This record gives sequence, C-alpha cells and structure tokens, in this order.
Amino acid sequence: MNFLNILRDIEAIDPEITDRLSPRRDAIKNITSFGSKVALSALPFALGSMFKKAYGQTGTSSVNDVLNFALTLEYLEAEFYTTALQRTILTAQIPNATAKAALERIRDDENNHVAFLKSVLGTAAVEKPAFDFEAPFPTVFTSYGTFLAVSQAFEDTGVRAYKGQAPNLLGNKVVLTAALSIHSVEARHASHIRQMRKNMVDGLKPWITGTPTQANDSGVTAVDKVYADENSKMQAGVDITTLMGATAGSKISFSAAVEAFDEPLTKEAVLEIAGMFIVS
Amino acid sequence: MKIFENVDQEEQAGNDTFLTKKMQRRNFLTYAGASAAGLALVAAGCKKDRHDFNRGIDLGTGDIGILNYAYALEQLEAAFYTKVAASFYRNIPAEEEMLFKDIRDHEIAHREFFKEALGNSAIPALEVDFSSIDFTSRTSVLATAKAFEDLGVSAYNGAGYLIENGAYLTIAGKIVSVEARHAAYIRDLITPGSFAGTDVVDANGLDKSRTPMEVLTIAKAYIKTEINASNLPS
Repeated sequence: MNFLNILRDIEAIDPEITDRLSPRRDAIKNITSFGSKVALSALPFALGSMFKKAYGQTGTSSVNDVLNFALTLEYLEAEFYTTALQRTILTAQIPNATAKAALERIRDDENNHVAFLKSVLGTAAVEKPAFDFEAPFPTVFTSYGTFLAVSQAFEDTGVRAYKGQAPNLLGNKVVLTAALSIHSVEARHASHIRQMRKNMVDGLKPWITGTPTQANDSGVTAVDKVYADENSKMQAGVDITTLMGATAGSKISFSAAVEAFDEPLTKEAVLEIAGMFIVS
Repeated sequence: MKIFENVDQEEQAGNDTFLTKKMQRRNFLTYAGASAAGLALVAAGCKKDRHDFNRGIDLGTGDIGILNYAYALEQLEAAFYTKVAASFYRNIPAEEEMLFKDIRDHEIAHREFFKEALGNSAIPALEVDFSSIDFTSRTSVLATAKAFEDLGVSAYNGAGYLIENGAYLTIAGKIVSVEARHAAYIRDLITPGSFAGTDVVDANGLDKSRTPMEVLTIAKAYIKTEINASNLPS
C-alpha cells in the first residue's frame, strides 16, 4: 500500500473525506507532510488512525457492519492461536521449529488484524465475545491433529467470509482494499495449514478441491458447513469444465474447476459457523 | 449445437498446433539468443525506462477494462506454467510436479473463463517473453512463480475497488484467494514458512496491493505485446 497515494486517492473517490478527517480542508495537506515524516515502521498504525478518523466515528453503518463482522472473526482466530500456543500439551506436539514459527506467524497476523480493525472502528468496534473452542472440539488443544483441522476450517472460513462481504464495500477504495488485503492473507494461511496437514488427510492440497458429491475436502465432517457448495463448477453462468484444458482437445477437469475458484459465504452462514465457538 | 462444438474443437486443435509451432520456433530463437537477451534485460533493469502504457492493445474502459487487465495477467501466468509443465526441471519431486500441474490448470481455467466471459470484448492473445527464465533450473522457475503469484495477488487486491459490478468483484475475489494459495505454496517451496513473509504482509497483517500501472510496469518484462492501459478506471 502506498500511504500517500491512498490519501490522495481517498480524496478523489470520497470528497467528503476531508470533512470527515477535519473540518478544515487544509488539514489534508498537513497529513501529507506528516506522512512523509513518520518512520516507515510507524506507517501502518498511522494509516490505522486515519481509517478510524475517516470511517470509525462518522462512517456509514453498512461499512461498520462489515468491519465489525470481520473483527468478530479475527477475535475468534486470534484467541484460537494465542490460546493454542500457550497450551504446553499441544506445543509439545509441534514437530519442528519451522512449524512452530509458522503458527506464531499466523497468530501474530490474526492479532494484527484485530488491532487494525479495532483502530479503524474506534468506538464503534464490537467487544470481543467469550469463546469456547473445546466444547465443540474437546481435543482441540490437546491433539495437534485436531488443532490443525480446526485451524484449517477457520482459515478457509475466513477466506469465504471476506469474499462474501466484498460486494458490500463496492467502490470503497480504502476499506475494500484493506478487506481484500486481509482476505488474501487468510488464504496464504489456509494454504500453509493445509500443507502442514497433508500427511494427515489423504489428497489434501493447498487449495480446496472437491468432487461432484463432496465439497468438504478437510477430512472432518463436523466442519461440512465451512465447505458448503465449495464444489461448484459454475462461475458467472460459465461451466468451467467445458473450457479448453492444458492439452489440445482436453477440457478443464472437475477438480481443477473447483480448485481454481474459491466460493464466498454469506454473513449468516459464517456466523452460524462462528456461533459454534461463541459462548456469549 | 453438437456441430458447433465439433467445429470449436477443431478450431482449438488447429490453434494449438499453430501455437505449438510458433512456440517451438520461438524457443529456438530464445535459446539461440539467450545470453544476449539476458544481458539486454539486465541493461533494461538498470535504466529507468518509463512506459505510460498508452499505446498498443487497448484493455478498454470500465469493468471491461479491468477484466481484460485480469485476463492479460492470467494469460501470462497460464503461459508460464504451461511451459514449466511441458518440460519440468530435473528431479522434480512427484508431489511438486502434481501441484504445479494443478496450478497450471487453475491459471488456464482463469484465462479461459475471462476469454469466455469477455466474448467479443476480450483482448487478443498476448505474446510473452520468458527469455530471462531458465526453465531447466528449479531456482529460476520457483523465483518466477513466486514473483508472478505475489504480483497477481497484489494486482487483484489493488484493482478490486475499480470494479463497478458486484458480481465481477466476487469473481475477482474467488480468483485472488486461489492465487494467494499458490503464492503461499510456492514461497514455502523456496523457504519453508515464508508463506506470509514480511516482504508481502505488513505490520497490520495486510497483503500488498498494487495499481494496474505498477503491476504492468513489473509484468512488461515478460510481455512482448504492447498494452494500452490508459483507458482503465482509476
């Protein structure tokens, strides 16, 4: 993200931004000079406070709704990894330093998402719910295999959740771009967790695959809802399996058609999944 | 209907033959001039040659322009993986080969989807330039794959807000997360655990986003055809 360009572009897209940020139009120029002075490491947080000023306090409710929905999911993920990495019975099962570092990386990304979204929402941010991961999955923090399975389900859910909300942020350069930039990070996480599980589940790939009769490739039927309708071969009315494949005369296979496009989930479907873990 | 399908298939077969021949001829030229081309690329990388992307094949305006922009990137990726899979680097592990073929098929599916969806508005096939890539070297192939995937992620992230139609935005979202899955896998092949490295994910946990001009400036090293992006929304 180019900080200064974003500021300039917000002004172009959303003329009211100047009023939202400051009643004085001159303030924008001050912000530009401020941006050029702050250290690079401070920029993300500076950007966070800009978001807050622009959309947290006076933002439209629909944008805040999307952001609070995202925040709820990020609270869930952040607490999940933070708790898991504090449980010694579980951490003792992590096979090597690379795996441990990967889980810490994901934990940190999720906590950064929470901090970022909270800074954007300001006083409009929802409170963190109370979670219980062990009620639906009793061995989630004692069995490394269960933990990774739930982790994969959370990451794949996150990808679907952000995707489902994108149209509600249509044309919103700042918020949509941020949401998409979190969305792709969740997909990176999902890809890696799937690689960590590849020896535990037959045929598991970094991408979600499927057959005409199976949408859930995770090997865990308890999370069927996470993968509902992921096995679609239709995109915008086009049957992907009718398209030209890699070799002359061949067509795209069903599995490739499923893998090449991740499907969105509605907010309701995501909240139903997240609700399994929310106590209050 | 059936007749049309048959004609279609024959046409496709004919096209493939044509493309293959062209590719073979180009391969020869590529290898004949490999070292010279390599030097030229280094030289090009040193001097700041600006390109305004205001001449050549016109991507178009509005959503069509953005979809053509995506189509151009998918053409580039599909061509790359097609060449990778046509002759894998030596001693490639079985799983790696299988997953590379998967990625190739995903990129072809993306390319063909855009071609189909754009219909008469689709830009023509682009001519690629892979002379800087050593397809016999795992290091070279993985480095290029990583660059293309991370570039693709940043391109979709950066162009999302330019899309006016919610259904098109959803399609872009469906594709970009798959590109991110590719990127993470390739990065892990190069350095295990680098799937979300600090070179792509910032302190807020946000992935990169790039403007079409930034993306095309990077991609043009691999695309011979000149692209006019001056009518894209911004």
